[in-house]
Amino acid sequence: MGMNMTEKILAQHAGLESVAPGDIVTCNLDMVLANDITAPPSIKEFEKIGRPVFDNTKIALVPDHFQPAKDIKSAGLAKIVRDFAHKNHIVNYFEQGRVGIEHVILPEFGIVGPGMLTIGADSHTCTYGALNGFSTGVGSTDLAVAMATGKAWFKVPEAIKVELTGKKPAGINGKDVILTLIGMIGVDGALYQSLEFAGEGVASLTMTDRLTISNMAIEAGGKNGIFPFDEQTKAYEDAHMKKPYTPVAPDDDAKYARTVTINLSELKPVVAFPHLPGNTKRVCDIKEPIKIDQVVIGSCTNGRLEDLEIAASIMKGHKVDENVRCIVIPGSQAIYKEAMHRGYMDTFIDAGCVVSCPTCGPCLGGYMGIMTAGERCVSTTNRNFIGRMGDTTSEIYLAGPHVAAASAILGRIAVPEEVE
Amino acid sequence: MELKGKVWRYGDNIDTDVIIPARYLNVFTPKELAAHCMEDIDKSFAKNVKDGDIMVGGRNFGCGSSREHAPIAIKASGIPVIIAHSFARIFYRNGINVGLPLLEIGDDVEKIHAGDELRVDPENGTIDDITTGDHFKAHPLPGFVQEIAKAGGLINYIKSKKG
Ligand code: SF4
Repeated sequence: MGMNMTEKILAQHAGLESVAPGDIVTCNLDMVLANDITAPPSIKEFEKIGRPVFDNTKIALVPDHFQPAKDIKSAGLAKIVRDFAHKNHIVNYFEQGRVGIEHVILPEFGIVGPGMLTIGADSHTCTYGALNGFSTGVGSTDLAVAMATGKAWFKVPEAIKVELTGKKPAGINGKDVILTLIGMIGVDGALYQSLEFAGEGVASLTMTDRLTISNMAIEAGGKNGIFPFDEQTKAYEDAHMKKPYTPVAPDDDAKYARTVTINLSELKPVVAFPHLPGNTKRVCDIKEPIKIDQVVIGSCTNGRLEDLEIAASIMKGHKVDENVRCIVIPGSQAIYKEAMHRGYMDTFIDAGCVVSCPTCGPCLGGYMGIMTAGERCVSTTNRNFIGRMGDTTSEIYLAGPHVAAASAILGRIAVPEEVE
Repeated sequence: MELKGKVWRYGDNIDTDVIIPARYLNVFTPKELAAHCMEDIDKSFAKNVKDGDIMVGGRNFGCGSSREHAPIAIKASGIPVIIAHSFARIFYRNGINVGLPLLEIGDDVEKIHAGDELRVDPENGTIDDITTGDHFKAHPLPGFVQEIAKAGGLINYIKSKKG
């Protein structure tokens, strides 16, 4: 029986000819990841096992959530990670000044790639599906065992085939695609399942679009969200990946639990209303103006160079509305630097934006843009749960960088066409 | 092992940000986490929960982040088992790994109400609602996962394997 992409990667890493949905398999891991919140409990559990790390080149530790430390306790978390990394000679540990948001830098540094199997103690580890890898989030205990053994168990998921037809029109990006999908299938629409993207529409999606889409597979309950390998993936990896890799393609007779079709040509800018990523609405269908207090442009979902380019192109020559704080956070130091060279940072600062160093910051209500009671934010992040960015009565509207930039200028949820 | 306790009832899509908000994740000691468990949707929980009380949720319980702090906070609140229509994948794994039994019972969960008294046998997956007289059976855990649960979590399981 034919296998899909997820099944092939799991089978290869379990040393099996084939696997089928429901099988429980133990796989060898190519990379395991944790951050400053999840690594400390993981390290504590790891120490109980009493074994050395399985491979100091296959562990990535990224202190990005509350760092540079937002308070004394967070500094303590970072120190636990730093001490562990030094003691165990962890190659992929990133000190402040060299760090960025984990799911932005791992692809950028070629640490994850096609055909690879990665687990991370962070739910958005599923981002690397964009690169044709299998990657999924786990908790700290799974990660502790992975650091000690280099293995993890998986239940082979059923797959949903997401057939992308048509072509992405101008003014639409990955965020519109994934929010549309989550709006269609719901926040548990892919529970225990994998999302496998397919179809002629894939070619019109940039790598940045794909990273945004795979990033939010978890917001539909998915275990992973994987893209096929094509010329764009190859071009991306030629620039980023130094190791050899083995892409996977689905067999023609691969099995899927169901197929969901999205015609990219028909997409319009989408926002997700509070308090679930599945509460989606097209901006053109919003009847009453929704005034906002804050805009966040950044995160592992939309903090890449192309996202900043989109936002800067809309903001150029405009000012952020006087009632809005607009916070721009590049996802990595390399993105920060390139955005500076290209003049995007001038544009943002001239428009009256706050520009921060790479960090998760406000995305999880950590720091750098916490909201008080009743405030509203348009955010390019991935979750709009109750209290995610501050007070429990504050509201988050999820959108792409195009809607975020236009909304910052107009002080209400808007599309770029409304900016004069 | 038989558990008996009063139900704290929550709805669908209870996410890890409401179970334990990220602003408290600068620590990871179970008791400190428990002090803020559920506070963004239910301020009374942390104050009034008693050892042995049982948490019951709807669909997709524990969706959102991979933070193991979430099942740890619930467990440290004194809750020995969670029952739900269904669990989000990472939360499910984390619960089993930290030794907190999770029982999925699908639509039957609608018949359990806040304050009901339950008798639960997590190993057999049997649930008796003493208040209403209803009986439910949870979907069984896959064999290998049962072994992890029986060992009291993944670390104990791995250590026992090592011999
Ligand atoms: S940017 Fe947000 S979603 Fe991404 S890793 Fe950081 S906290 Fe998580």
